[in-house]
Amino acid sequence: MPTQLSTELLHRLRRAHQRKPLTWWEQTYLPSIALGLWITSTHFWRNLFLHIAHRVGAFRDIPASVTIQYPEQQREMSPRLRTRHRLMQRDDGTPRCVACMLCETVCPAKCIYITPAEHPDPNIEKVAKSFDLDLGKCVYCGYCVEVCPEDAIRMDTQRHDIAATSRDGMWLDIIELLHPGSKKPSDPPQKFVQLSLDDFRRLKSSPETTD
Amino acid sequence: MWTDLLIKLALAGIVLFAVLNLAGIQTWLERKQSALMQDRVGANRAVFYLPWRWAAPINWVLRKLGGVGLLHALADVIKLLTKEDFIPSSGAPFLFTLAPWISVFFALVAFAAIPFGDSLQLFGRTVDLQVAHIDPALLYVLALASLGVYGVILAGMGSGTNLSALGGLRAASQMLAYEIALGVSLIGVVVWFGTLDLQELIRQQGTYLFGWIPQWGVVVQPVGCLVFMTAALAETKRVPFDLPEGEPEIIGYFVEYSGMKFGLFFLTDFVETVLVAALTTVIFFGGWQVPYLGPHGFAFPWGGAIELSRLTVVLLGVGAFTLKVSFFIWLFMAIRWTLPRFRYDQLMALGWKGLFPISLANIGLTSLLRVLVH
Repeated sequence: MPTQLSTELLHRLRRAHQRKPLTWWEQTYLPSIALGLWITSTHFWRNLFLHIAHRVGAFRDIPASVTIQYPEQQREMSPRLRTRHRLMQRDDGTPRCVACMLCETVCPAKCIYITPAEHPDPNIEKVAKSFDLDLGKCVYCGYCVEVCPEDAIRMDTQRHDIAATSRDGMWLDIIELLHPGSKKPSDPPQKFVQLSLDDFRRLKSSPETTD
Repeated sequence: MWTDLLIKLALAGIVLFAVLNLAGIQTWLERKQSALMQDRVGANRAVFYLPWRWAAPINWVLRKLGGVGLLHALADVIKLLTKEDFIPSSGAPFLFTLAPWISVFFALVAFAAIPFGDSLQLFGRTVDLQVAHIDPALLYVLALASLGVYGVILAGMGSGTNLSALGGLRAASQMLAYEIALGVSLIGVVVWFGTLDLQELIRQQGTYLFGWIPQWGVVVQPVGCLVFMTAALAETKRVPFDLPEGEPEIIGYFVEYSGMKFGLFFLTDFVETVLVAALTTVIFFGGWQVPYLGPHGFAFPWGGAIELSRLTVVLLGVGAFTLKVSFFIWLFMAIRWTLPRFRYDQLMALGWKGLFPISLANIGLTSLLRVLVH
């Protein structure tokens, strides 16, 4: 047995598609135009007042606009956001990557290129002597992060303003991946940089890459 | 005789300077007002600096100007002037080049009949603050406003593109439809005040109903004012009546225009907005009249008076006129950024079935009232 509320709801649902006829006054559209102008002009005068007040230093805590002035002002981003990749290091600066090739295999864009090398430590299977990532191809799916058994690759640099003037400029070599931000935009792109374990250790202590 | 000519030239220079500046400022107003209405910041980046050391104070001013977006107008002009001046080979090059000039010329010339102040006594001469004293000034302004349609039509036809030809036709039919409502809505005012001379019209608006309500056009002709403002907005071809242009999608008569020729059409829109604001002020909002300001100073209906010199009174009037015009420019800009565009059949229905009958009825009512009152 339907309750009072459900009958009321049914009634409303049945009438929902019927449009309420406009009254004569509404048909002139003057009230709607006046209402619209009222809304936009209240925004205008409020923001105008706030902008002027900000110039003289008052009401700084009330924003006059929702704009984020991008290069100077950056949006607060969630730590979960998938941003540019980085490779994790062991304590001595060598990559944590064991060159298992899972990320290169799972990558749907085929943008990861790994060259494995033997690791002297018998407890570590292999090491990547070069690890390259073509950001121009990357689709930021995050599969490489998901699949990595060693937690060696992460996408948490919070870098997303990635731009280059050439396709090669989008190429990240192992140095840049291990030390994000060490490569200047003006540096010539390097591909398939191969480093020994000692090179990794030296990189860690060099002042250019530690920032 | 030479002095008269010089005075007229000076007046024309003042009017042209004011109008072109108001039109130029509107590019800034358009950006900033829309931004503030939509909680944005608006133009704030374009800036340039002088390289010399001694120019530091100038650079400070430039930084402040750039911060509020005023230098964007300059960047606009540089961009328009340096763009390729494209003339389509399939069109009529002469008409194509002529069209923007016709548009902007008629819009500017219409200002000649707009009085922007009371007559001024200078060095034993009476100077009417109006470039051309024309007895049927109202007819002159309306005629020039309707001649503007030639620029639009020629632009559409001279481009040699079907799209712009269609845009030109749309523009022509819209402007013709609304010109009728525009003209008819003004007959009520003409009947009430009994004059076509705009200066005389303003003088008559300085009288008071019941001794204290300023007899402005909007007080005696509220319906006429509403119809006039709607129709006049349609004449400026800006949103919500921008079907002739329809920049984002339906593209209108100036598709083929680039560079400064396009800039002239843009300027025409802004000049027409100023013209419409000035006409609304003159016809319906008392022109240069300030309430209770007589030729010898303020005289309030509740008693009390402030004596002012003749020059102060006239300057106050010019200031009031500028203020009123600025307000209407602001209002039209607010309307432009508030309302969405009409559909074409809605536009025609509003013009022919809405505004036209209303203004006809307004004439009848006004005539009846006029006979009864006087």
